[in-house]
Order: sequence, then C-alpha cells, then structure tokens
Amino acid sequence: METDNHYDAIVIGAGPAGLSAGIYLSRARLKTLILNEGAVGGQTVLTHEIANYPGVENISGYQLANIMKKQAQSFGCVIKSNLKIETIVLEGDVKKVMLDDGRNFTSETIILSPGGRSRTLGVPGEGKFKGRGISYCATCDGDFFTDKEIVVVGGGNSALEEAVSLTNYASKVTVVHQFDNFQAFEHAIEEAAHHPKISFIMESTIAEFKGDENIESVDIVNLKTNEITPFKTDGVFIFIGYVPNTEFVKDKVELNQWGEIVVKPDMSTNVKGVYAAGDCIAKRFRQVTTAVSDGTIAALAASGYLHDKRTN
Amino acid sequence: MLYTNLKHIETAADHAKMIAENENVMVICGRMGPMCIPVYGIAEELDESGEYSHVQFCDMEFDNPESKVIRNLPEVRGFMGIPFTIYYKNGKVVKATSSIQNRAQVIAILDKEFKA
Repeated sequence: METDNHYDAIVIGAGPAGLSAGIYLSRARLKTLILNEGAVGGQTVLTHEIANYPGVENISGYQLANIMKKQAQSFGCVIKSNLKIETIVLEGDVKKVMLDDGRNFTSETIILSPGGRSRTLGVPGEGKFKGRGISYCATCDGDFFTDKEIVVVGGGNSALEEAVSLTNYASKVTVVHQFDNFQAFEHAIEEAAHHPKISFIMESTIAEFKGDENIESVDIVNLKTNEITPFKTDGVFIFIGYVPNTEFVKDKVELNQWGEIVVKPDMSTNVKGVYAAGDCIAKRFRQVTTAVSDGTIAALAASGYLHDKRTN
Repeated sequence: MLYTNLKHIETAADHAKMIAENENVMVICGRMGPMCIPVYGIAEELDESGEYSHVQFCDMEFDNPESKVIRNLPEVRGFMGIPFTIYYKNGKVVKATSSIQNRAQVIAILDKEFKA
C-alpha cells in the first residue's frame, strides 16, 4: 500500500516511550508517524527536574522531551499532536487510525504508548471549581492558599508528601482518604501524621464540591456509614493516582483489571503486529528510563515483525 | 524566562505594546509546571499549524513582578490555579481562564472570540 497516509509504523502517544520508539523506527528507515492526543512529552513534561536520567546530570522534563522530539524528527519521524483519535482498528494486516477531524492513517504495525493521566474524583462541582479552589498540583497553586484551610484527597506518597509541602502555605490541611490505612511509604506517613497542621478523615471521600464563585465547602461521605458531613474549606488538592489512557483500545487488545495493556517481554500484545510501551502497560515501575526502554524494545520487535512479514 | 517556543513577554511595557499593536492576543501567564506546560504545548502547536496566524500566542512568567498587569486584572479575581490565560481583542480582555485547559477548550475560545 503506497499512499501519503500509509506508514510502516504508527506510534500512538509522544511520551518518552513513544518518542523512543519513533527514534528507533525512523532511524531504521521505516516510515513512522506518531499520533499524540496531548502535549509532546507526556507525563515527563510535568516533571520540574529530572536528575536520574543516565547521561544527563540535570534537566527539566520539558527540555528532555523536546530533545527526544527533535531527535525523532531528525530521522524523519512525523509527529502530529493535540488531536483526538475517534476509532482504531488493530486486527488484520493493515492497522487503521481514524481521527475525529476526518483524517485517516494506516500502517502495517502499531505501537500503543498513550501513557496515563491524573485520576479525578468525578463528582459534582469538580469541573466548575477547577482553578477556583480545586487543584491537582501543590507546586503550581500552593501559594494561592496562604493562611487558608484546605483539604488533600488521597493516601499515597503524592498525597501525603504534598500535604506536608502545602503546610508551608496553608494554616490547616485535612487529609481525606478512602481507606483506614495509607498506601504511602512509612516515612511519608510518619511525617504527615506528626505534623501539627495536618489532620485526617479516614474511610471517607468527597461527594460534592460546593460554593458560589470559588469553593466554600465540600460534602464528605463516610464510606462505612454513608453519612454525609458538610466541611468548610478554601481549597481541595486531589492526588488519587493515575489511570492509563487505554479506553480507546478497550475490547481491542488485552487489558488487565486496571485497564493496563498486557504485554510479553518483547512488548507484543495479544494482537499480531500490535505492541505497547510505557506507562500504559502492566508493570511495576514507571520511570522515564523504563518508558524509554519499553519504547526501544517495542520498536525493535515491531521492526523485526515487519522484516519477517516482508521476507516470508 | 519560560523556555517555551512562544513569544515571551518580559515587561509590562512589552505587554502593553503587544496588545496595542495586535488585534488578537493570547497570553498564558504561568510557570514551568504540570498545569501550565500542556497549555503552552497547545498554543505552540496552534501557532506552528498556521491555522491561527491572526492570533499572537505569548507567555509571561507568573513570578515576574511585571506580570502584575495580568495578576491584577479584574477578570482573574477568584482565580486560584495557574496558568492564567488571557485573551485580548483590540487591547481588551474578552476571556480569561484559570488552570489547565485542553485543546478543544482553547480552540472553542479562539474560534468564538477571534473569528478570522
């Protein structure tokens, strides 16, 4: 098949996994397209400073992602960003990706590296008060809450570490957590538990955000008794983990119970010619280095698949 | 300075000049943080695409004292999340948003306020 919109390989996602795959595929002289729904770099660009990427002493996630992007483009990789995938067809020899703006692309192999995103509570008022009392980033918005009383939702490392960090601004921090114990490391739990500005409401979650122009209170529901208690607050920071961006391949490729793509050691999925890499796959550790490794392995395996397909 | 590929506004005077000399201006006032970077990325892509050549895409560092020209706008009263994104038409604020926005949200504003 020889059309402008036909590629040897399509990579979905332009985080470190997708960009690494793009670098390897295009350097192998395979016509490669990266389709990306968000900003190039994925979760990496959200990291202020990366100090543990081998070979680079200190660099911002934004800069590292931009170098990877330029590297991929220098080998001929085409990158299209900020688009929306409408449908994807993974079965068969020719894979198809349809965008919501009507553009269609086809390829012989595909690498899925759509990454993940911050989990939201999904309760009434969350959209309305985003930026008006609800935040997902303590570093970004903490100073808006100087001398104010705030709530932190979550019980993992991020929630407890950010709760402690927010005490630099807020007069009082109340951590609301759905379980009766925390999932964070012991040192993070101890630091938060012994902090005089931090208190805890366990086995509870937020049922609704309320206010006029800005947040004024939240309804906290006790998950054991279902009792709802109004709670006055000036702001809410939400740190309840990440979810893989795999909804668009649900029922098209094998996912585990958390929606992560199941892969073999060569990053192949249960669908022939389809590979996956990065934060979207079922694995324990999620680092830039592991994403780069996944992307590299997926690209090499996909190249091998194409070679075998064309020579057999 | 923010290390984006957008036009950087460094001073209040630059800001005044930008909105005085251009009909349609989008200024993203933020830091290099998780809520801001995606918005810069969207603006960069739209700028590069050429589809919004009638719009000037700019950024301004939130912690720069000169950014008071944005932080003190009446339209951002109550904003508690960066970036503050301001859309100017003929020097007047026509829309302002707080915190992260997605591409569809940005495009909807550009298409409504800055019709080519």
